[in-house]
Amino acid sequence: MNLNDLLNHTSEWLKGTGPHSDIVISSRIRLARNLEKVAFPHWADKKQNEKTLEIIQQAVSKIDFLKNNGFFKMGELDSVDKQLLVERHLMSHEHAQKSNHKALIVDGDEVVSIMINEEDHIRCQVMQSGLNLFEAWNFINRIDDSFSQQLSIAFLADWGYLTACPTNTGTGMRGSVMLHLPALVITRQINRVLAAIAKLSFTTRGLYGEGTQATGNFFQVSNQVSLGHSEEEIIGNINGIIRQIIEQENQAREFLLSQNRAILEDRVYRSLGILKNAHIISSQETIELLSVVRLGSDLKMVKDIDRQTINELFIITQPAHLQKIENKKLSSQERDVKRAELVRNKLNL
Amino acid sequence: MICDLCGKKPATVHLTEIIDDQMKELHLCEDCAREKSAQMEQQFGLSDLLAGLAEFEKPTKELETERVKCEACGLSYTDFKKVGRLGCSECYISFKKYLGPLLRRIHGSNYHTGKSPSKLTQVVKKKAGLEELRLKLQKAIEMEAFEEAARIRDQIRDMERKQSKDSGKSKE
Repeated sequence: MNLNDLLNHTSEWLKGTGPHSDIVISSRIRLARNLEKVAFPHWADKKQNEKTLEIIQQAVSKIDFLKNNGFFKMGELDSVDKQLLVERHLMSHEHAQKSNHKALIVDGDEVVSIMINEEDHIRCQVMQSGLNLFEAWNFINRIDDSFSQQLSIAFLADWGYLTACPTNTGTGMRGSVMLHLPALVITRQINRVLAAIAKLSFTTRGLYGEGTQATGNFFQVSNQVSLGHSEEEIIGNINGIIRQIIEQENQAREFLLSQNRAILEDRVYRSLGILKNAHIISSQETIELLSVVRLGSDLKMVKDIDRQTINELFIITQPAHLQKIENKKLSSQERDVKRAELVRNKLNL
Repeated sequence: MICDLCGKKPATVHLTEIIDDQMKELHLCEDCAREKSAQMEQQFGLSDLLAGLAEFEKPTKELETERVKCEACGLSYTDFKKVGRLGCSECYISFKKYLGPLLRRIHGSNYHTGKSPSKLTQVVKKKAGLEELRLKLQKAIEMEAFEEAARIRDQIRDMERKQSKDSGKSKE
């Protein structure tokens, strides 16, 4: 698999299918695993990390459903390539930095991605479209079993999987659900909802995970606690809270429709108008306007643009994607022009 | 009293700093105090927070924790406090005493109930010893499963009796 192949197809999680896909963009499960008695990447020397990478690469070559996947060594990619992978949610910002002896494994549908030598030796994730945590868990559980048949994984009976940071010890699992909550933001109820989530020991983050701000009304909700509950219990808890948030967002959407339909329609069509006609547009403005148009599409105000097109635009209008599509480095101003052109072409069919 | 830092505005905030066993009193105006607290917040990252949690219960054991090192990778507990990351899987055994309470504070539990590596499952089950039973007991009590707790308590007693017989003398 070649990096450019990624540009020519839609990631599974962006397809806008699966349960509750009007509000839930994607579900993701990640597992943190380490090799027994081998220094963690941050503490190991270069030689050790190189060896770790080799050991894991060899194990992957023996796992049937991983061996034919794309394998990218971070040291061999330029900064735009790495940024592209971050923008597609296949790896973290952290993985793109100090890239020696780090690698990424990605399958053709971009459902599975595995970071090697990030904070832990192995960080495996499975992403699905819509609210689909259990399906993601079933898949990643199988991948994890294959890894543990090939490798000696660090584990203690009482503390579970041992990770570099004690906040991940235990299941080493984080389940995250990406939500689009425009109506809760417009009706100013979002802070109340976020406060309730925090009280239940869940965290909320922005579109690009840890340390990012919520833009375009996207919120990522994930579990904070990884020890003391089984994987199924944790996933059940996330599902429970997500269902409540979905309910609240639906109520807010109904309220807007019944009380402020004209105002809402005005916002949706103005946003669409700008996206269809602008010749210079920033990434931030694009995301914000697309969010409103997506709401319009969910509420059947906008009928001729499907969810997948809108979902995809959120990603392909990002800086590295634009530069890969144009196949050259672009300055910020050049990108704003190309972005506007791309959005016009996609929406004026 | 005038602010120690800007020397202009009246001091309304009184701060005691202890650096290297030297106690220093600072009298600050509101603006300087705000700046100072912002500086302090910057210095305290996640690692300090974690380490702070770990130290919470046993402030007097400071010296002891500083000397402990992981034999496998050489990381000291002080290193861990600085970076908030452990050095290798063996660190969990080397620092077991300190990590137990820390994990409990982070997760509200220090007993894993999730899956285990498929290759290990059998071995792990055989290893389930006294330590694990004690943790199970703790968990059962927390969940108010008292019948289960009584059963585990009896198991622990049996096992302790056996062990003290084996070693020929009773400990503790």
